[in-house]
Amino acid sequence: MKFQPVIGLEVHAQLKTGSKIFCGCSTAFGSEPNSQTCPVCLGMPGALPVLNKKVVEFAIRAGLATNCTIAHHSVFARKNYFYPDLPKGYQISQFEEPICRKGWLDIQVEGQEVKRIGITRIHMEEDAGKLVHGDVPGLDDGSGVDLNRSCTPLLEIVSEPDLRSSDEAVAYLKQLHRIVTWLGICDGNMEEGSFRCDANVSVMPVGSDTLGTRAEIKNVNSFKFVKQAIEYEIQRQIDLIEDGGTVVQETRLFDPNSGTTRSMRSKEEAHDYRYFPDPDLVPLVIGADWVQHAQKELPELPEHRQQRFITELGLPEYDAEVLTASRELADYFEECVAFHHNAKAVSNWLMGEVTRSLNDSGTAIEACPVTPRQLAELLKLIDTGAISVKIAKTVFEEMWKNGGEPQAIVEKQGLAQVSDSGEIEAIIDGIIAANAAQVEEFRGGKEKVFGFFVGQVMKASKGKANPAVVNELLLTKLKGP
Amino acid sequence: MDIFELTIGQLANQLKAGTVSSVEATKAMLERIEAVEPRVGSFITVTPESALAEAEAADRRIAAGDAHMLTGVPLALKDIFLTEGIRTTCGSRILHNFIPPYSATAWERLRGCGSVLLGKLNQDEFAMGSSNESSAFGVTRNPWDITRIPGGSSGGSAAAIAARQATATLGTDTGGSIRQPSSHCGCVGLKPTYGRVSRYGVIAFASSLDQVGPITRDVTDCAIMLGAIAGHDPKDSTSINTPVPDYTAALTGDVKGLKIGLPKEYYIDGLDRDVQAAMDRAIETYRRLGAEFVEISLPHTDYAVATYYLIATAEASSNLARYDGVRFGHRSPQAAGLIDMMTKSRSEGFGAEVKRRIMLGTYALSSGYYDAYYVKAQKVRTLIMGDFTRAFEAVDAILTPVAPTPAFKIGEMVDDPLQMYLSDIFTIPVNLAGTCAMSVPAGFSASGLPIGLQLIGKPFGEETILRAGHAFEQATEWHTRKAEI
Repeated sequence: MKFQPVIGLEVHAQLKTGSKIFCGCSTAFGSEPNSQTCPVCLGMPGALPVLNKKVVEFAIRAGLATNCTIAHHSVFARKNYFYPDLPKGYQISQFEEPICRKGWLDIQVEGQEVKRIGITRIHMEEDAGKLVHGDVPGLDDGSGVDLNRSCTPLLEIVSEPDLRSSDEAVAYLKQLHRIVTWLGICDGNMEEGSFRCDANVSVMPVGSDTLGTRAEIKNVNSFKFVKQAIEYEIQRQIDLIEDGGTVVQETRLFDPNSGTTRSMRSKEEAHDYRYFPDPDLVPLVIGADWVQHAQKELPELPEHRQQRFITELGLPEYDAEVLTASRELADYFEECVAFHHNAKAVSNWLMGEVTRSLNDSGTAIEACPVTPRQLAELLKLIDTGAISVKIAKTVFEEMWKNGGEPQAIVEKQGLAQVSDSGEIEAIIDGIIAANAAQVEEFRGGKEKVFGFFVGQVMKASKGKANPAVVNELLLTKLKGP
Repeated sequence: MDIFELTIGQLANQLKAGTVSSVEATKAMLERIEAVEPRVGSFITVTPESALAEAEAADRRIAAGDAHMLTGVPLALKDIFLTEGIRTTCGSRILHNFIPPYSATAWERLRGCGSVLLGKLNQDEFAMGSSNESSAFGVTRNPWDITRIPGGSSGGSAAAIAARQATATLGTDTGGSIRQPSSHCGCVGLKPTYGRVSRYGVIAFASSLDQVGPITRDVTDCAIMLGAIAGHDPKDSTSINTPVPDYTAALTGDVKGLKIGLPKEYYIDGLDRDVQAAMDRAIETYRRLGAEFVEISLPHTDYAVATYYLIATAEASSNLARYDGVRFGHRSPQAAGLIDMMTKSRSEGFGAEVKRRIMLGTYALSSGYYDAYYVKAQKVRTLIMGDFTRAFEAVDAILTPVAPTPAFKIGEMVDDPLQMYLSDIFTIPVNLAGTCAMSVPAGFSASGLPIGLQLIGKPFGEETILRAGHAFEQATEWHTRKAEI
């Protein structure tokens, strides 16, 4: 029997607000344990939550960017369960009335058609704290509770079970990641857990319309692991069914070391969360003008920009996608193109030299030492034939390391391209004279030797000779009188 | 007259005139507490040292001419209000060692006026109870008859007024917890409109019902206290941002033409004879003063107690989850592992009434029962609110008894919680509707126990009921009687 996987993702995106969702404490990562806490996020007796307006704005932005309907009336609910890192004994979340509903995202897996993935809902909630096991100062043997993260604002973005492969799941996740970082509402840092996902995976026989029993894989925090975890889980479920077993509904954990998933708790032990509207928070009412304002403030979205790069600037699809991976990169690109209209040349340089240098030095594009204007100047020098591509790379390296304008660097270091045919002719003559054997070979019909001569000439000119001129002159001289 | 006998109004005049200092007043109160406390048991914690220091500061403020009516006035708070650096137990063993790092907004405001804190008052554990018998710190006795309960859950706050152990106190009212003990102890007690006073720093029992209010000797003091604590608090999302009127200015003594509703569902057969007689006399008094009476109907009254015990316990089961022994309060010393630690800490820390209500609330919210209980209760609550809205289209205030009987004997109802729940039958609908109500002394039973009448006002209609209560007070002398203790 052939099986069809069915996958839905629940993504938790930590919002880039300066303060927490229900109090004024900082959300900075990595501070001294419990240094960013107050009575509210510690769940002290008598403390009450007050909603951070910025969180609502970010949620509206996320909803609009994923084609959701923004609810005029939404309600915060309490999700009750006991855990030591959950100070109030409940998490404030949204349940029956979330802020956003019924959206979608288009994804494309290489070689396949564009596919529309439904988004069931987006809701706001607070994060819990964390437990620190072992090596806790003041504790010989035990666990500590760090509540710095408690009350940190999260968006939970829940997809429909529309995904049919691990590749689709990763494509969806990447698309969502690009959008939330693009909107500036989430830093997208998966290692720090700012963007993490739970995957609901089930399998059903191909052609069936009844969904199989699903397992939920908790808190996977890299694209690679998501792919691995889903693939492992699909195979595990198929093997189980083929061996005559049944899949049980349960929560599973992914172990990156072994690439496998294992049971965390079964449905029998599952919590009854006893959701009910939080009486400490009044219902959230969002007027149409607020949504309209947010819509107006929304930046051009990555997909739209990607399309525009193709249709208006004539970029290949691949380039357009790479350049819209982040808003900062796309901005850099467009700024550069504004100075130098050769979009493809700019794209090549951004995807090549610039990206390589950024990666090697661990620099973000926003902090790139070469400005878009300077890069444009450099590319102009290539297009006008003032320097070769090869020389340009040397100039770029100098700009990256020590700064400076490309024209000035070329002049100072004497890197200008030599197009003077007299000067080049002299070099060619010398090379021909010194390599009589190769000349014979060429004349005997072995045209591949031509490349050898070009290389020799370029070497002798230290790369400065204009290749077009070199080609032309060499051909004439080699063919002989 | 002894200093401890003075009302806020009287004491403030003497402090201003310089005939008494706040230090003297505070010392007099502390001595009075010491003298009667063994018989009353209204305090959990007395704070003489900080009280005297605050009194000295108040005297300096008065001397500098920067005094508020409440500057230098010795007050005490139900132990449900957080007081920075002062143990706050909420009447529970689970918080027996809890010293809060911050203070409730209501107390912050009084402290800002220069009030002096004498200590923290006994209460039913987590404000759950109608008799003050569920406190982990022992019972409080009714100063009018120490074999009887003072009422609950703000029993300590009412008893302390009746026993003259504080000039005024604060309590909280979730289903009648200010009005019922005020009635039983012969005090004035006001439950303001929900959202009128901040709940920040007040230990939550049922968040959608809880409201902070004063318990005082007379209506004037009540108006002064409400004026000091009312108003928007950005730290409480449910506190409402409307201006605070001058409540003392509302005390004109005039109720001519005031339309008062008498809900037929409240004047039931089986109402205690003394209570009925007090109500009849009160109606007579108001008529004489020129008020008009209208029979009204609050048709969903029968469902109020059941609705209340679903909503209040549901919210309480969630609100009390934070007492788990992890970060503060009681932690069981002999626990193995996490679940065991939480289970034992809660089992040892909570008393029977609290456990009963947590279980009820957990059940009402559990999947499969949520719609049948919690959701249904919310729907009935909406109907009850509607009853009041319609009633207030016809009347300015509603007059009812506060409690069906005067104070009962200590231990009399301990084994019959359902019967005890019915003692709040007249006060509970007001909390469900979120409106305001006040208890005013209106007579005594044949055996000499105080009886209060309840004036219910529109949402934010505190001025009207204060005016009506004040006029009644002017026309009667019930509030001037003293408990012999």
